[in-house]
Amino acid sequence: MKALLFERAPARFAAARITAAVRGSGTGATHGPLRLAEVHPPELPGDEWIRVRPTLAGICGSDLATVDGASSRYFEELVSFPFVPGHEVVGTVTEPPAGARSANEAGGSGARSANGAAVTAGSTLAAGDRVVIEPVIGCVPRGIDPPCSACATGHTGSCQHVAFGHLAPGLQIGYCCDTGGGWSTAGLVAHVTQIHLVPPALSDEDAVMVEPTACAVHGALAGAIEPQHQVAVVGAGTLGLAVVAAVRQLSPPSRLLVGAKYPHQQAWAAELGADQVVAADQLDRAVRRSTRSLRSARHDTAGADVVVDCVGTAQSLARSLALVRPRGRVVLLGMPGRVSLDLAGLWHREIALVGAYAYGVEAVRGAVARRTFDLAFEVVAAARLGRLVSARYPLDRYSEALAHAGSAGRRGAVKVVFDLCARSPLPAPGSRPTPPPRTAVRPGHSPASQRKGPSR
Amino acid sequence: MSPRPGYVLEVDRSTPPTLFWHGEGYRLERLPVGSRVLYAPEPLAGLADPVSAIRHALDHPLGDSQPLHSLLFPGMRLTIAFDDVSLPLPPMRRPDLRQLVIEEVLDQAAAAGVDDVVLVAALALHRRMTEAELRHALGDRVYDAFAPHGLLTQHDAEDPGALEHLGTTELGEDVEINRRAATSDLLVYVNINLVAMDGGHKSVATGLASYRSLRHHHNPETMRHSRSFMDQHHSELHSSNWRMGRLIADSGVKIFQIETTLDNDAFPEQFRFLQRREWEWRLADRAAFVASSAALAHTPPRLARSVLHSIAAPYRMTSVQAGEVEAVHQVTTEHVHAQQLVTVDGQSDVLTMGLPYICPYNVGSIMNPVLVACLGLGYFFNLYRGRPLVRQGGVLILSHPTTPDFHPGHHPSYIDFFEEILAETTDPTEVAKYEEGFATDPWYIHLYRTGHAYHGVHPFYMWYWCAHALEHLGAVIVVGGHRPTVRRLGFRPASTLADALEMAADVVGPSPSITHLHAPPLMLADVQ
Repeated sequence: MKALLFERAPARFAAARITAAVRGSGTGATHGPLRLAEVHPPELPGDEWIRVRPTLAGICGSDLATVDGASSRYFEELVSFPFVPGHEVVGTVTEPPAGARSANEAGGSGARSANGAAVTAGSTLAAGDRVVIEPVIGCVPRGIDPPCSACATGHTGSCQHVAFGHLAPGLQIGYCCDTGGGWSTAGLVAHVTQIHLVPPALSDEDAVMVEPTACAVHGALAGAIEPQHQVAVVGAGTLGLAVVAAVRQLSPPSRLLVGAKYPHQQAWAAELGADQVVAADQLDRAVRRSTRSLRSARHDTAGADVVVDCVGTAQSLARSLALVRPRGRVVLLGMPGRVSLDLAGLWHREIALVGAYAYGVEAVRGAVARRTFDLAFEVVAAARLGRLVSARYPLDRYSEALAHAGSAGRRGAVKVVFDLCARSPLPAPGSRPTPPPRTAVRPGHSPASQRKGPSR
Repeated sequence: MSPRPGYVLEVDRSTPPTLFWHGEGYRLERLPVGSRVLYAPEPLAGLADPVSAIRHALDHPLGDSQPLHSLLFPGMRLTIAFDDVSLPLPPMRRPDLRQLVIEEVLDQAAAAGVDDVVLVAALALHRRMTEAELRHALGDRVYDAFAPHGLLTQHDAEDPGALEHLGTTELGEDVEINRRAATSDLLVYVNINLVAMDGGHKSVATGLASYRSLRHHHNPETMRHSRSFMDQHHSELHSSNWRMGRLIADSGVKIFQIETTLDNDAFPEQFRFLQRREWEWRLADRAAFVASSAALAHTPPRLARSVLHSIAAPYRMTSVQAGEVEAVHQVTTEHVHAQQLVTVDGQSDVLTMGLPYICPYNVGSIMNPVLVACLGLGYFFNLYRGRPLVRQGGVLILSHPTTPDFHPGHHPSYIDFFEEILAETTDPTEVAKYEEGFATDPWYIHLYRTGHAYHGVHPFYMWYWCAHALEHLGAVIVVGGHRPTVRRLGFRPASTLADALEMAADVVGPSPSITHLHAPPLMLADVQ
């Protein structure tokens, strides 16, 4: 059995960083600390742990940052080496402990099918069950009792014990040497509270989108969006597009604007519910127009009520701060590293800059709090986000897969995943879903198909 | 030797290639045998003594007006309005006609003891003029006498305190103009009538109006029924302005109209080949073409733009008339026709034109894609009287780089219009649905009032100018244009003229008749 193993190797880490800088995102794997290795399945850490064999495992922006040696040193003590990356996982249960209950049931809300009906899964997990992993390793999986205040209230993403307990340090499955990760045919282990049954109506592609969508749901709701708000989303990769879907479904604003760099991203953003989609470098202009703002000191005097930064670079943050209104809110959802930023505007305009990491429980506009993953299942099902999976690679073609993921935008792709069941070369991995027709751009604007105008 | 009239050349095998403007450059293109090329009449003789002619016009007004000096008296409020930077094109060498006329008016005002005099640049919704442009138009003496005292003003169509609503026409059109002009004892308006569209009641009713007033005639419906703008008697744009002008007169605003006409000597000696007929090019013309076209082609666009915008036309005044608006304008129009009319026998299937670097709205600025469309479909297409040069359902072929470059200071709302509105629709009627949002956008208003930006609604007006052509034509093809931009405009891109003609044949059929408008210099096709 094989897995991609990420080892502590400072020299190779530096090589990955240089390679990625020269050849582009996702190419750090060729010279970096990531290698394909023969591995044994991880040991079960306790009675309430189960084995899961990944079916599909996504490649996330944070994975690319890790592979490229570009992630912040902040995380050094929050991971344990060698680890198997991969935290966006749909798989099958291979070894359930007797009487184990899934997170759906533990959370009391149950997963939901694509049409919104509750799935009444069996009371126990059985071998062969399709599951999605909620990868954050909080107090309960770590055997810490009593749990920290965050975990006690369901906000596992804010757990401050990720380096403690009976497990090695690790923010999530996929960064912990004891649990394994999704980029493996050897499987991983997960605590029963980290398991979500996948409704039959959801495809594996849909299911692998649940984890990033949960991040998007958390980020969207961190914006505290009100119906009268104007919301801008910066970036339209997987995360940005999932944010669009989440905002549209869970907390629709009066107007949702998206800055997307590539045409297929623009088409997807419109398809998923954005009112106005513009090229990334046109978002400032569009927000100013939409809010009828003046401009002063390189900021809109009015601006969007909420900006969700799904990129996490210095440029995107600077842009987000320039777009938001005074006393507005910027949600930092894309994973940042060290950035250099002029915060005078944030100070002067009393902007709230809010980080949004992972998931936990969410109260949507005052409703009863629900687990983020439960909401994510609903968003994925309603928006059919599995359509965003653009390419599947077998594990042994990991260099190609990572390079593809790193250049997904340029290559017309959105989400690139590993297919852990693939035995032979797959069809051309560059294949991708056809971008959807742009059916609606803004209220009051004619759909493209109905546009009147001279055909010239 | 008297200047030769306009000429319609029929291309044969011996015809040399024809000059096509291509933005900040030009090319020689071979037109198919049998094509027609329209050349403007040669420049008429300019007035030998323009100052005397002006003085004579002021003393011998047309219509029921009295001589200017008899309208001036001590203690009166005198306002002198003048055309802005959009006229003439290219800007003329010093002294500008506005300077000559205004100096004479001021001399008479001073002689009459008038000391309450204010100058107003009639911007309508155009950008404010710079000090250099004002000095160029008015001369240093006038500028230095008025500007430091706040007596040289620029019309502000968004200053509610500086506008006067005079009423509504019988068709419900609001007439709201500059308050200083409306409340003066006498309003003198100084025109440069470059084309037949300029002047008449349009001077005050448009040049000194507010958005509230302008929207009544700057809209797709009016533009579609202006056939053409250059023919006052078949132009709804003019009909509306005339209704407004008569209301202005009836409301007690006394206007003394001064109109001037120019010859069409648009280029100085080193660029004179641009207005010569190619088969008459001398060795020096050929050398100038080769050298300048090669230099421009290898010059960064910004520098090429700077070089071309520094061209000052050696225009000379061919007439000046003053007095009552309509009487003056009738004579002015005759002078414009004398210089520009070219009789053309019938329409063609295809009309070709090379678009130059300048139009009324990018003096010292960038010809952005919206202005390209406006110059081609709004201005050049409408250079006709009778019938368009191209038949209904025919094809217009433009030559221009059409790069998506905008001047952020001059044309901020154009950028949004291009990115936001044209991405949605190119139908002028549909476009108009978004007009108010731009017209009332506080940022655009701020930039218009305090900077050098065109009003937020201006790109809409540019698109409306195209409405008649868009309705009339079967296709618009742009040769050598930036393809995505050309498509955004709703046009078709072509790499070469040959390709464009082949594409045109798909619309109008094989072996189409072709007419090329060899402009500038400007002309007015009288299509029989």
